[in-house]
This record gives sequence, structure tokens and C-alpha cells, in this order.
Amino acid sequence: MLKLILLRAVLGIASIWVISLLVFAITDILPGDTATAILGQEATEESRAALRDRLGLDRPAYIRYADWLANMVQGDFGVSFATDTPVAQTVSLRVANSLRLAIVAAILAVPISLALGLLSAAFPGSPFDKALTVGSLLVVSMPEFVVGLLLVLLLAVSFKLLPAVTTSLDTSSLAGTLRGLALPALTLLAAVQAHMIRMTRAAVLDVMRKPFIEMAQLKGASRGRIVLRHALPNAVGPIVNVVALNLGYLVSGVVVVEVVFSYPGLGLLMVQSVATRDMPVIQITAMIFCTTYVLLTLLADTLALLSNPRLRDAA
Amino acid sequence: MTMLAQTERGARSIRRLPDLTTLGILGLLLLAVNALLAVFGSAIAPHSAAELIGGGAFGPPSDAAPWGTDYLGRDLLSRVLHGAKYSIGIAAAATLLGFLAGISIGFAAAEIRGRFDVVMIWICDIFLSFPSILLALLVIAGFGTSLPVLILTIAFIQLPRVIRLSRAVAMGISTLEFVEVARARGESLPSILGREILPNSLRPLAVEFGLRMSFAVLFISSLSFLGLGIQPPEADWGGMVRENLSGIYYGALAAIIPALLIGLLVLGINLTVDWLSGEVPKAESQDLR
Repeated sequence: MLKLILLRAVLGIASIWVISLLVFAITDILPGDTATAILGQEATEESRAALRDRLGLDRPAYIRYADWLANMVQGDFGVSFATDTPVAQTVSLRVANSLRLAIVAAILAVPISLALGLLSAAFPGSPFDKALTVGSLLVVSMPEFVVGLLLVLLLAVSFKLLPAVTTSLDTSSLAGTLRGLALPALTLLAAVQAHMIRMTRAAVLDVMRKPFIEMAQLKGASRGRIVLRHALPNAVGPIVNVVALNLGYLVSGVVVVEVVFSYPGLGLLMVQSVATRDMPVIQITAMIFCTTYVLLTLLADTLALLSNPRLRDAA
Repeated sequence: MTMLAQTERGARSIRRLPDLTTLGILGLLLLAVNALLAVFGSAIAPHSAAELIGGGAFGPPSDAAPWGTDYLGRDLLSRVLHGAKYSIGIAAAATLLGFLAGISIGFAAAEIRGRFDVVMIWICDIFLSFPSILLALLVIAGFGTSLPVLILTIAFIQLPRVIRLSRAVAMGISTLEFVEVARARGESLPSILGREILPNSLRPLAVEFGLRMSFAVLFISSLSFLGLGIQPPEADWGGMVRENLSGIYYGALAAIIPALLIGLLVLGINLTVDWLSGEVPKAESQDLR
């Protein structure tokens, strides 16, 4: 059991390492001359050579990779090409903002999705169940930015309840923070709900077919009691797994959603740096996103292992 | 003997299409309209994609611009028609490419097994642990954005999932009697894969093709919305949402129309997939038991 979890952890670390190789290869080796990228095409050969010397760019790639990795682990992410300021400063502010958004989205999405999934499992085939299935599938048929757009149209333009963009997050008051976070968080909720609702419904319905549920029904237990006390505890494993997976999905979801609302998070920073090819910023944002994603997938795997003994033998 | 008869009938029911449902017809219709738009959209557009037709930004519908104008005063309808080939074409090309490569590798892995299989699955799992949007952002950071880069990137992102699925499907089929017989006849690997396994795995593969295609449509739209896909003055539907975003606050529909078209395209694909993955006609499935 512990061995299996450790094995997953080692695999997780291995994939983070592969990702770091990939990130370095794409952003450092591939684009060609970094000195030209920083100084521009018009720079003289001497100034380029001087910069190459200062940044150590004429050393072999594997030494630069080792150096880059060592610096990153110590929290030194280099200097942005675009703003000429240390990347670490910008990134730490942006990480805090993205975390706020992801946490609020998770706090909204998990209980709402689980409650809706349980309700539709309690009344399978009912009009509520059908409407929920169709509705949540319609929402995921649209890209996140379209959902965000429709929410803006409805809540910001038509009813003027919430700000349409959140270019800076007012963290001085809780109300201000929540107002700024509401629309981006609702958009993320729309992106992750369908999977969680459907998996919760499927997991509970799967248990509902078991003989001990029939036994409970014959004893005259109420529908609510059967679903909550008998079925739910036995369906916790797959549900927890899908929740963790969707928290991982929030990580990539924030990239698009932050652009929709001009929200000053890590995703917007990464997209802007890709457009300007600001490599040091791209490197660290990509590493943060991927590491978080891998860790959440690892968490999902571990929880699935813990909750379902049958998986332990299979692996 | 009964075993053999059963598996043969099972194989035939995999090949059969389910009866058409209302939603299935709707999905096929939506797909057909979108395919026509992708092929003929540019030809029937009244204006070129970049032409300024006057009337100012976010103009109301008029004779020259039936759907109004966009943020630069260009005909919205024409731009939608020109954009169709990108939104649909890139997704279709990338998915086809990913499937051709993915099925070849996946089938081969299922038939060869051994070390080739293990290594392939290992590589797939590593790439699956990488969020797709971040992979695309990295590739665009390295290579810049262009039509070939976009198609190849999306095809590559599809690849590990297609390999895993086609491998699983082929493994199920490769133990059936008629494949054993082909193997005993001494048929070559390409012949077994292409003539025995492929025809019998078309339906699950078609379902997966639909799912991957709708992913590709959403993905290229999102990349263009981020400003990293098709570059101005050309625009796919996702790019049109991006450029006309500010119009929303004035109540202009310029961003909403392409957004809804993306939704309808994906809905069409999903409804078709639902129909394809539905039950084969009742009589036959009962026969199977």
C-alpha cells in the first residue's frame, strides 16, 4: 500500500523532471540566440557578445540547464526580458491572486456539484435529473471564454450586479475581494461542474443497485436516508477522485478565465509572456502550473488507492 | 460452435449503426451545415475578411452588413464565413492527423505487445500528466504561431489519448477467433491490423473521433481567444470573440455571434457522438445474451 503510493510519488517527481527538461529545451535551446531576443535585431555584435558573456550563454546547454534548475529551486527565477525586473517578485503576487481565484472556485464548485449529483441520483429519471444532465452538458459544450462572456452579458451588462473585468483585485475588504472574484469563479464553476455532477450521480447510482440498498428500502428507510447514510459512504472513493482531478483542471482553466476578465493572475501573466516571448517568465509560470497539476493528480491517485482496496492489487 | 456464432454476431453489431434519433438527426444536420460553411464559406462571403465597409465600429445590421459590423467596421457576416474554415478546418485536420498516427501506434502496440507496448504507454502517460493548454503555450512560445504549428500541436496533444484508446480497443478484438485464425494463416502485421482489427473497431473509434474533434474545436478557439492562434487580419471564430470583446459593454452582438457558432458546432459534434455511442437496436442486443 505505502509502496504503491511511494511509486506514484516517484513517477510524479519523474514527470516534473521531464517537464523541466521540456520547458528548458523549448524556451532556451529552441528559439536560438537569447542575446538577440533581449537586445533586438539592431544590437551590435559586441553588445550581444558582452551580454552572452554576462549571462553565461556560451556555456554548454546541459550546464545552463543544471544552473537554471538549481537557481529555480532556490527561488531565483531570473530577470524578465520585458520589464527587466526580477521574475520572482511579479510571480509571487500573481500566484497569490490565482490561488485566491482557484480556492473560491473550488469552495463554490465542490459542494454545489456534489449536492446536485446526489439530488439527481436520489431521483433518477425525474424531470430534475434530465434537466440537470442536459443543462450541465450544454454548458460544457461551450469553451470557458464563451461561458464567461455570457455571464458578463447577464450579470455585468444587463443587471450591472458585478464588475465585468477585474484588472486589479481589491483585497482591502472581504466584500471587495469577493465582488472581484465572483464572475471568474462562477465561470470556473461552470467549467468543472458537469464532470463532478455526472461522476457523483454515476457513483451513487452504482451503489444504489447493490442488495444492501434494497434491504434498507425494505426496512422502510426514507429516500434521503438511503442516499446519504447507505449509498454515499460507499461511493466516496470515485467521488473524491473526480473532485481532485477537477481541482487539477482548475489549474489549466484559470489560464483562459483570467484572460477573459483581465484578472491579474499567473495565467494571464503566462499568456502575455508567450505573446512577447519573455522566456524567463514562461519558464517559471509553466513549471508552477505543471507542478501543481502533477501534485493534484498524485493526490487524486492516492485518494483513489486509499478508498478502493481492489485497485491496490491491480497496480 | 455457438461461441463462434456469438462472436461473429457481436462483431457485426459493432459495425452496425444505431437507429437514428431526433437528437442524432439534429447533430448530423448541424455538422453538415458547418462542413458546408468550412468548405464554401470564403467563396460565398460578400466581402473580403479585411475589407472596411464603412458605417463605423459595431454598426447595426444594414444591407451591406446583414449582421452588423465588427470593432473596425468590417462586415461581421463575411468574417464569420471566412473564419469557418479555420475553426472547423484546423480542428478536423489536427484530429485526423492525430488519429492516423495514434491508431497506427496504438494498434501496433496491442498486436506487438512486449517492450514496444510498455515504452509507448509510458511515454503517453508522461504527456498525459501535462495540461494540454500549457503544452500548447510552450510550443507557441518556442516556435511562434502559424497554421502548421497549430495543427501539429493539437494533433500531438490528441496523440496519447488516441494511442491509449485504440490500443485498448484493439486488445479486446485481437483475442477474438477471427483474428487468431488470421494469425494462424500467417497474415502480416499490417494485414491483421488493417483488415481484421480496423473494420471491427470503427464505431468506438468514430465515437472517440467525435470527442477529440469537439476538444480540438474548443482548443483552437481558446488559443485564438488568448491571441495565440490565427493572427489578424484573419480570424477564426475564437479570435473574433477576442477582437470584439469590448463591444459587449455597448450591447453589440459582434462577440456573441461567433461564440454561439462555436457552441453550436460543438453541440452538433456531441449530439452525433451521443447517437453513435447509443444502443444498437434492441432486438439484436437481446439476441446477444
